[in-house]
Amino acid sequence: MSSCNGIAIRVRGQVQGVGFRPFIWQLARESHLRGDVFNDSEGVLIRLCQPVDGDAFIRTMRERLPPLARVDAVESSPCQFDEAPTDFAISRSVAGVVNTRIAPDTATCPACLADIVRDGDRRQHYPFTNCTHCGPRFSIIRQVPYDRPFTSMADFPLCPACQQEYDNPADRRFHAQPNACPECGPSLTLYDNAGHPLAQREQALTEAVDALRAGQIVAIKALGGYHLAVDASNDQAVSTLRQRKHRPSKPFALMVADLAMAHTLVQLNDAEAAALTSPAAPIVLLRPRTDAPLAASVAPGMAQLGVMLASNPLQHLLMKRMGRALVMTSGNASGRPPCIDDGHALAELGPIADRLLAHNRAIVNRVDDSIVMVEGGQRQLLRRARGFVPSPLPLPGGFEQADGVLAYGADLKNTFCVLRQGQALLSAHLGDLSDPQLFASYQHNLTRFPALFDFQLRQRACDSHPGYLSSQLARQHSQDGLPCHDIDHHHAHLAACLADNGQPLDTAPVLGLVLDGLGWGGSDTEHQLWGGEILLADYRQCRYLEGLPPVALPGGDLAARAPWRNLVAHLDEACHDWEEWSLPELERLQQKPLGLLRQGIASGLNCPEASSAGRLFDAAAALLTPVFEQQHFEGEAAMVLEGLAWQAVKGELTPLPEPDEIDLSALWYGLLQGLASERPRPELALQFHQQLAAALAGRVLYQARHHQVDRVVLSGGVMQNRLLQRLLVQSLNGHGLIVLRHHHVPANDGGLALGQALIAWARQTDRKEQA
Amino acid sequence: MTERITLAHGSGGQAMQRLIKERFLAQFDNAELARMEDQAQLALAPMMAAGDRLAFATDSFVVDPIEFPGGDIGKLAVCGTVNDLAVGGALPHSLSVGLILEEGLEMAVLDRLITSLAATARAAGVQVVTGDTKVVHRGSCDKIFINTSGIGVIPSHRQLGAHRVQPGDLILVNGTLGDHGAAILQARGELALSGTLESDCQPLNGLVEAMLAAGPVHAMRDATRGGVAAVCNEIAEVAGLRLTLKESALPIHPQVRGISEILGLDPLLMANEGKLVAFVAAEHAEAVLAAMRAHPSGREAAIIGAVEPAASHQVLVEGLYGTCRQLLMPVGEQLPRIC
Ligand SMILES: [Fe+3]
Ligand SMILES: [Mg+2]
Ligand SMILES: [Zn+2]
Ligand SMILES: [Zn+2]
Repeated sequence: MSSCNGIAIRVRGQVQGVGFRPFIWQLARESHLRGDVFNDSEGVLIRLCQPVDGDAFIRTMRERLPPLARVDAVESSPCQFDEAPTDFAISRSVAGVVNTRIAPDTATCPACLADIVRDGDRRQHYPFTNCTHCGPRFSIIRQVPYDRPFTSMADFPLCPACQQEYDNPADRRFHAQPNACPECGPSLTLYDNAGHPLAQREQALTEAVDALRAGQIVAIKALGGYHLAVDASNDQAVSTLRQRKHRPSKPFALMVADLAMAHTLVQLNDAEAAALTSPAAPIVLLRPRTDAPLAASVAPGMAQLGVMLASNPLQHLLMKRMGRALVMTSGNASGRPPCIDDGHALAELGPIADRLLAHNRAIVNRVDDSIVMVEGGQRQLLRRARGFVPSPLPLPGGFEQADGVLAYGADLKNTFCVLRQGQALLSAHLGDLSDPQLFASYQHNLTRFPALFDFQLRQRACDSHPGYLSSQLARQHSQDGLPCHDIDHHHAHLAACLADNGQPLDTAPVLGLVLDGLGWGGSDTEHQLWGGEILLADYRQCRYLEGLPPVALPGGDLAARAPWRNLVAHLDEACHDWEEWSLPELERLQQKPLGLLRQGIASGLNCPEASSAGRLFDAAAALLTPVFEQQHFEGEAAMVLEGLAWQAVKGELTPLPEPDEIDLSALWYGLLQGLASERPRPELALQFHQQLAAALAGRVLYQARHHQVDRVVLSGGVMQNRLLQRLLVQSLNGHGLIVLRHHHVPANDGGLALGQALIAWARQTDRKEQA
Repeated sequence: MTERITLAHGSGGQAMQRLIKERFLAQFDNAELARMEDQAQLALAPMMAAGDRLAFATDSFVVDPIEFPGGDIGKLAVCGTVNDLAVGGALPHSLSVGLILEEGLEMAVLDRLITSLAATARAAGVQVVTGDTKVVHRGSCDKIFINTSGIGVIPSHRQLGAHRVQPGDLILVNGTLGDHGAAILQARGELALSGTLESDCQPLNGLVEAMLAAGPVHAMRDATRGGVAAVCNEIAEVAGLRLTLKESALPIHPQVRGISEILGLDPLLMANEGKLVAFVAAEHAEAVLAAMRAHPSGREAAIIGAVEPAASHQVLVEGLYGTCRQLLMPVGEQLPRIC
């Protein structure tokens, strides 16, 4: 045989374990091309014999990519075949360093969905059906490379029929690592809440549905954790779940079988429907229909309802038989991280659930449900987990060399972040680190995640708050001699949003309006705790321009839990005569130990000052809503206040003219006068949003003119308030500013780690260049 | 006219001699101090009969205000050093006292403080055997600073230390937490509380002897600045173990509880000046607890937690409904973290 010339096409990205090689094999065969394709440490290499139109091949490849494939880069170069190939083959993978790109868990594809309902199909009603286009990925992987023995499918040797699919490049299940069937794969068991098995396989599913229809609570093992499910139309059942979970008011997410069922519950536009049916299948926040067949206790007082579609075969089978929406909330006891371990699940969920529907495939990595809202026609991720993790986030220009940075994130809504080879790997949402179990898994993941991704640690970044658990851990770890950068909280929020909008490393400074509960501000102001600032910043520097006035947090962290504390502080500051107003809304405040609290404020005793937008919302909620005494979950007061305000929005929303200054006194007297003249509370809640938005926008516009900047970043957890966000954008756009909002990275503290990592990298490249 | 400390009282001359002779020596009334030599000379033989190791500790005292309900800086200066010696198992023997006085300090106030200091030393059974006095310009110190150093003898069979703490040990305290911190806040006028809240300032050597007579103790610490939180974190780190405290078991004075609920102050982080934390094997814990409760300084003693093996050291607090939080080494003042 003779040699021949050809081209080699190098493909980088998420191209392994996603059906990429059989796809190339089919493409090459269609065009009668000769050559081969194989995996190696850099991704996939395709070699094609001449004559071939390489550009046309690459174009078709990009157009017809398999659903889970993500191509970051394609390069082609000439190559030489020692022996001219006679056809196109999938060659053995080249051993050596492995490509560490792992796909996220993905919703069941239409083809697999058809398999599980087709009469006579060998996977009919089989809840663990998947293929190279769908199914579990990240949640089952123990170590790289992504190969069956390194996943929790290792315990399930393939039967001959599945093996044949696995070996056949023409099959949709060619090299599908979690490939399984009723013969060889995982199976269901239904347990009572003491752990005694009640039924197996399809009978387990049938009895679980019976239990749900009868109003019982069933814990269900999903991909990245357990859910607690209950009939969403049964008020007594939902209330029982609230009682047993010690979760009096936090809204529950719902699962529906399909879009048609979603339409019976919520109003949907096209972008929202697209988000629901996307492969990540997140929870989408939607406007409930007034005639939705739902128990009142599902999401009391909320303007939005969290809805997701069934996204794995078990959920599809369950929802189809159920025929109506289920509450599908994460399986954890109140304040605890969700369970992934079967023993834990029984111990923690046994007291809550009547039945446990489990199976014998282990969950290796916990992945919570992701949460998305669509605002201004675009998706905004509020919680980034299942379906997104561990896909890397592309970084903007200038960060091509970014590598070796580990950022520890914030203490609440914790995620951590690794910069590697010009990409950012953001961990799944973990939660509140003050829970010791969760902190332990944080420590565990911090060591495990870099190992999964073949990552060489060179520097760390953490929040500059001296008391953050995450920062203390980072500093402790940095006793190994590697540098650790302290990054101010609000700069990190801003930088995350810059990157989310593709702003390059050497971007000119932008304005940032960062509104959140609280973060360490540093030395620019006398008060060190911020939460409502206008900043002038790029990736390296951050300058305080102005912000909300500082107001005491009476009782420190207690202020974040008890809205009335902030109402005292704000009224004392803004309306010195508030005690002379005889309003029923103020009577409950008079009952509080104001004397001692005021002494605490006067002497600064655990009553530090903070310019917190979050606490300002809490204060307003304490005046206008029932959430006065205690917030049962983070953000409850602000969400109820926003919900109230939306009731007053009729037709188009219009921003108010921007005033010259932020005058909280006028804001508060406006509310008191409104209450005195018995104006409806929804109107007052709306007025609060409008006046605050106008005042903040006015200051941003002033600063934009003064510093000749035309771009403004909106970031911080308070930006999850859709009403406030929309009002701000309308004002700022109306005056010609370009508004940069969050999309792929949460505006809340879940996005903080990305900002920390980028700032740390930017600062050290800066130093190198100057040296 | 009110008699006050002047710079002359620190000059080394006549005024100083008079101050020492008339106001200090009379109060302390002991032969060693009365020699007025540059050093105290202590006989070794009786000490060697009492034990095989000398314990040596020092502490400096600055507090505002210098007199507060339940004590004053003089009493504090004795208790601090005596307690540091006692929690190591030492029998406190003698103290040195260094005074730094601000020009203008009222003589009557100084008299009260020295009287209190001497009375506390007598109560604790220790002698003040040497001392020093300096006077600084107005504004160079705040009324009075005191340093005390002390020695004591550790009986040969006693072995206490953080490294001896074992999984399975129970954690004991001798009474309510945070009283001193709260009393100081009240005395500063930062909190006008109804009722009387007193500092727990007291020497603990008597209590320690009663405890050690009742059973073996693995380690003890006095929980002063940083409170029980600081002590527990130090022990957890040295022993490499997990300490779990039970919120419901913590003895807390109702008034302190009230302040902490309103102002969010954590009694575990508040200062004490007469509280020790002891680590005792479970089988001896009841006996030691009974001995504590039988002693005037331990009537409200309680078992507040337990020691467990752990991969990495930590201190946890179990609340109601199975909630659980990490208790960290205090970092400066308490700062809010919730975003
Ligand atoms: Fe934040
Ligand atoms: Mg001391
Ligand atoms: Zn599929
Ligand atoms: Zn099979």
